[in-house]
Amino acid sequence: MLPSLHLNSTLNCTTLNYSSTLLPLRGSRRRTRRDVANESLVPAAHPARRYPSLSASLAPAREEEERKEGALLPPPLRPETLPRHVAVIMDGNSRWAKARGLPSSAGHEAGYRTLKKMVELSCQWGIRALTVFAFSSENWTRPKVGSGFASPYLEVAANVCLVLYREGIRVCIIGDSSELSQSLQKLAKEVVDKTKNNTQIDLIVAISYSGRKEITQACQNIARKVKDGLLEPEDITESHIEEELETNCIPEFPNPDLLIRTSGELRLSNFLLWQSAYTELFFTNTYWPDFGEAEYVEALTSFQNRQRRFGQRIN
Amino acid sequence: MEKHDRKPESNIFASVWRFLRRCLFLVLSLGPMPNHIAFIMDGNRRYAKRRNAEEGSGHGVGFTTLTSICQYCYEMGVKYVTVYAFSIDNFKRKPEEVQSLMDLMKEKIDELLEEESIVQKYGFRINFWGSLDLLSEPVRLVAEKAMTHTANNTGPVLSVCMAYTSTNEIMRAIKKSCARKSSRPQGYVNCDGESVCADINSYVTVADVEENLDTADCPDPDIVIRTSGETRLSNFLLWQTSLSHLQNPSPLWPEFSLRNLIWAILEYQKIYPYLEARRRLTKKEN
Repeated sequence: MLPSLHLNSTLNCTTLNYSSTLLPLRGSRRRTRRDVANESLVPAAHPARRYPSLSASLAPAREEEERKEGALLPPPLRPETLPRHVAVIMDGNSRWAKARGLPSSAGHEAGYRTLKKMVELSCQWGIRALTVFAFSSENWTRPKVGSGFASPYLEVAANVCLVLYREGIRVCIIGDSSELSQSLQKLAKEVVDKTKNNTQIDLIVAISYSGRKEITQACQNIARKVKDGLLEPEDITESHIEEELETNCIPEFPNPDLLIRTSGELRLSNFLLWQSAYTELFFTNTYWPDFGEAEYVEALTSFQNRQRRFGQRIN
Repeated sequence: MEKHDRKPESNIFASVWRFLRRCLFLVLSLGPMPNHIAFIMDGNRRYAKRRNAEEGSGHGVGFTTLTSICQYCYEMGVKYVTVYAFSIDNFKRKPEEVQSLMDLMKEKIDELLEEESIVQKYGFRINFWGSLDLLSEPVRLVAEKAMTHTANNTGPVLSVCMAYTSTNEIMRAIKKSCARKSSRPQGYVNCDGESVCADINSYVTVADVEENLDTADCPDPDIVIRTSGETRLSNFLLWQTSLSHLQNPSPLWPEFSLRNLIWAILEYQKIYPYLEARRRLTKKEN
């Protein structure tokens, strides 16, 4: 198993633990010292450093200053070895909620707060692209899932995206959005259009996405070119396929450098199959709503310490 | 450790050890057993370096490990074993290293075809997956010979990925799909005489791509094990490992022993119920 780096309160950064803001686990018992330590905020070595929340976007000038100042990375991280493109499989919302005796919707809401935080941190630390796996095409077959389930979930996401456009985030949506309701599709299109000129960070949201279907769709596009006589079958190369993939909306870094999957699952589940050929994988047992700044720093530090060879030798 | 005792022995210790293994595997098989295990055999060079040995010697020991692991998998009832032997990216290494690896592969494939090898003993069927035309002539010929000689074997299947990357495999599958589709006469239904009148989405499907992959007649791996602790797939079976359980034990490939293999299977058995539920959902969706 991947040896986890146990980064704890010795880090010089503020850790926001979302579990401290919500109900305790089901079957309350007397809180032990460990519970208190886990739940309370870790005291920051630099209490003056605050990360701007979304409400701060109403005061853009102040936020710009803070952003320049907040671009300082936590000590273990070095800017030259940060990944340029990070992908995340946001797994574990339902299990997190179940452990607390809450409905799944509470888990997804907590998950969105975590996502918001992660996008903010990524912006500040200079990560250029973030891809998140919001909803797989397989999730439609889960029991009690239908557009009724997906709507509030995805509407929150879309509204978050609309607000985020002020943050300079360019949003792209990949996957088969034809399964969504008309209003959601319209909302998604609006988000993409409104944010297309932003340059701070690229956020790809994968909704109803399947890696195999994406590759097959690329194949269909190529087959159409072959049919139209624009391309011979024997001239097809990997670049032709890469150009047709949906992640080409970020032409500079279509392939993630680091892929994080939360909740302890050790597989890719049809996410970015082609693009993750050389991606460093990071698995953590933490559920997604609990994936805070400390865990993100742990993942990035793990990435920093890896030696990427791409099949060659490094002497 | 058992990895040093590779050749079949007739003495009493080997028999006792074989008996103990059989008991162990019997207990293990009380839980769900994987049908297909894939290995990324990483760490051969580091193994040689750590022991201050000659550079290519790690790969030799690695081959011995491979034969042991194949034997254990056979005894456990694992029907398919796939190994990542040589990637297309590895051609970018120094020419001397590439040449020595090619020579080693030819030598070992020849060994596998000998009478006393595990291939003949257990009736392994061997596949070579990859762009074999990129290999040097002697290696390609011996690989094709191994495939033909073992084609009718009914035992477990050993698939060796040589001159292989998953993106290259998918590209070749797409080429074949497009070539096949474009060579068929265009018999569209409800065509009113226009040149394009069928739904283009039915032109190529997920199944079309899958049946043209090298792995078409092999089930997807249940477990993917990458030794030496690295956590990446390095362009190995990207399409097929979507629902596979990924493991990255720290031992280097030549150090990978029966103990590590059993641990890998126990880890798989622990999460099997959840994995199986996810697979059923995926099948329903497709």
